[in-house]
Amino acid sequence: MFGWEPGKPTQISDAAKQVHELKRLTNKQDLLAVKAHMRAHEVKSTKWRNRRWATLIFANLLFVLSYWLDIQVLEGSLTASRFVGFHLIDLNSALQVMLAHKHIITNLLIGTGTVLLLWILFGGRTFCSWICPYHLVAEWAEKIHLKLAEKRLVSDQSIDRRLRTVFWILFALLALATGYTVFEAISPTGILSRALIYGPGLALLWVLALLVFEIFFSRRAWCRYACPIGLTYGVVGILSPLRVRYTLEGCFHEGDCRKVCLVPHVLDTVIKGRAVAPQVPIGPDCTRCGLCVDACPTGSLKFEVKGLSKLL
Amino acid sequence: MSDQRPPAPPPSPPLSKAKRQTNRRRFIRTALLTGGVLGAALSGFLPQIYALKKRLRPPGALDERDFLASCIKCGQCVQVCPVQAIKLADLVDGMGVGVPYIEAREQACDFSCDAVQCILACPTGSLTYIKPDFLPVRAGAALAAKPILLAKEKDAEPTLNLKERIGVARLTRPEACLAVQGKGFKGQSRGADFQGRMRHMAVDRWKPIKVADHPYDVAECDLCARECPVKGAISIETVFAPDGRKRKSPVVHEPCVGCGVCEMICPVEPTCITIEAREVWKA
Ligand code: SF4
Ligand code: SF4
Ligand code: SF4
Ligand code: SF4
Ligand code: SF4
Repeated sequence: MFGWEPGKPTQISDAAKQVHELKRLTNKQDLLAVKAHMRAHEVKSTKWRNRRWATLIFANLLFVLSYWLDIQVLEGSLTASRFVGFHLIDLNSALQVMLAHKHIITNLLIGTGTVLLLWILFGGRTFCSWICPYHLVAEWAEKIHLKLAEKRLVSDQSIDRRLRTVFWILFALLALATGYTVFEAISPTGILSRALIYGPGLALLWVLALLVFEIFFSRRAWCRYACPIGLTYGVVGILSPLRVRYTLEGCFHEGDCRKVCLVPHVLDTVIKGRAVAPQVPIGPDCTRCGLCVDACPTGSLKFEVKGLSKLL
Repeated sequence: MSDQRPPAPPPSPPLSKAKRQTNRRRFIRTALLTGGVLGAALSGFLPQIYALKKRLRPPGALDERDFLASCIKCGQCVQVCPVQAIKLADLVDGMGVGVPYIEAREQACDFSCDAVQCILACPTGSLTYIKPDFLPVRAGAALAAKPILLAKEKDAEPTLNLKERIGVARLTRPEACLAVQGKGFKGQSRGADFQGRMRHMAVDRWKPIKVADHPYDVAECDLCARECPVKGAISIETVFAPDGRKRKSPVVHEPCVGCGVCEMICPVEPTCITIEAREVWKA
């Protein structure tokens, strides 16, 4: 998650080894036939994407309407707000403020605690794909990027993923040293949220610049290589019971899932011969967007709540 | 960097030339993105260095540095203000992107909320009634007594729970002041198009209405003193001009909190009384 490339696993459980072995033995002709059959009958599902977009738009709309219609359900913006009176404060913003101001008042602590609990429950980076407004526009920009890439007009220039961790540390140090929440000045999440609620401003130019960079240069660059918010929530996600689970058995290792994923490195386990167990939970950097669940033609990727699958 | 690395240890074969080249390109791109993002972030300091704008903050704001450090840029203060006096700053404000300010000439804080609602809304203590111990109060910023809100003068608790001023009003262009010239004023103080709203004690102490909906007709201009929401903050006094002649003039007193109503209401264009943001009281 902090950016080191996942290596080939050295320890593979016996059960997984067996499945890997079986797959190697399967007659290639048979396999191809099954694959072709699946492809022919495939229905492109957008179930999770639709649910996610609806949630994301609804949450942001709730902010906007609370202000414009004065219904007072969700007041404030994504950096900090009150949901029918309860304080909610974005973890990363709170962290920046605490580092810069070096003083914490109770409301700040309560809000941070509530949000921490909320996202431990819902899976950390779930914030990214289900709430963050930048995610939605970046997802649309990604579509343009992919169209252009298909015509070979642009190509995805990958960047070192360790950079995100470096940025996280840098922005924390900057806040501490300068006494200003330096990151907040350029956080597209905050800028977009405020623009939606309080009206657009020049700051949107920065967001536009990021999107242009992502379309013509590097796919999803901000979220993949820069955003400290994503990393903060990623760390929270380590504890989370809600996650995507991979089942080795039926997987064809075609990698459809890795093509759609915002953070494809978390899906390295689906590469042939990599899975360490018959079932592998996908790591905390996963944003629980469900795109891979939708994309997987064999149903090998599914949402699960840790502990609950045994109960059911 | 990656192509200057010492030869890899035996188990992993040395990188091929093509691989090394991709690695180097990738390193350059990484540096590019780092530079871009950090450059953008640090450009936020430029306005600080040149101290471009001294903006008026909402009531109860901490001193500027601490205010910028602690504000989480959520806009909850914006949401509770009944006259929408509070705005959020834009890109040109550097580190202050998303931080609230008041443009008094356009819309002053007139305490229409009857208290200081924005302080209550703030989740971080950027706006606060009581400063934490480690933050000193600048000399002259503290108010001698809690200011009395004229609209609540007859209530059980007539004061604003405010301990520090956010600025002080000053007659910046006395020569243009109608009172100083002995002139009166008739009509809408800021013209028919002015959108600003205000709680006029003379109309209804509860309801802010458009300034344009409340025309004046006074023999001697006293609009700033007449509409000031704080008791004893400003009055029209007889003063002596340099040549010894008697003149009328608005005089600002210690209870002024710097809310900006006088600046908003002054009919002279440009205004001849302004709030000096973060200015302190000097006797
Ligand atoms: S990584 Fe940052 S910008 Fe991207 S979706 Fe997550 S919070 Fe939003
Ligand atoms: S104190 Fe002034 S700025 Fe604050 S909410 Fe009330 S009217 Fe608005
Ligand atoms: S409510 Fe407080 S933290 Fe939020 S924008 Fe206003 S001053 Fe800043
Ligand atoms: S003198 Fe002006 S700034 Fe001072 S309290 Fe009165 S109206 Fe507000
Ligand atoms: S409102 Fe303006 S012109 Fe009238 S007395 Fe006050 S400062 Fe002078």
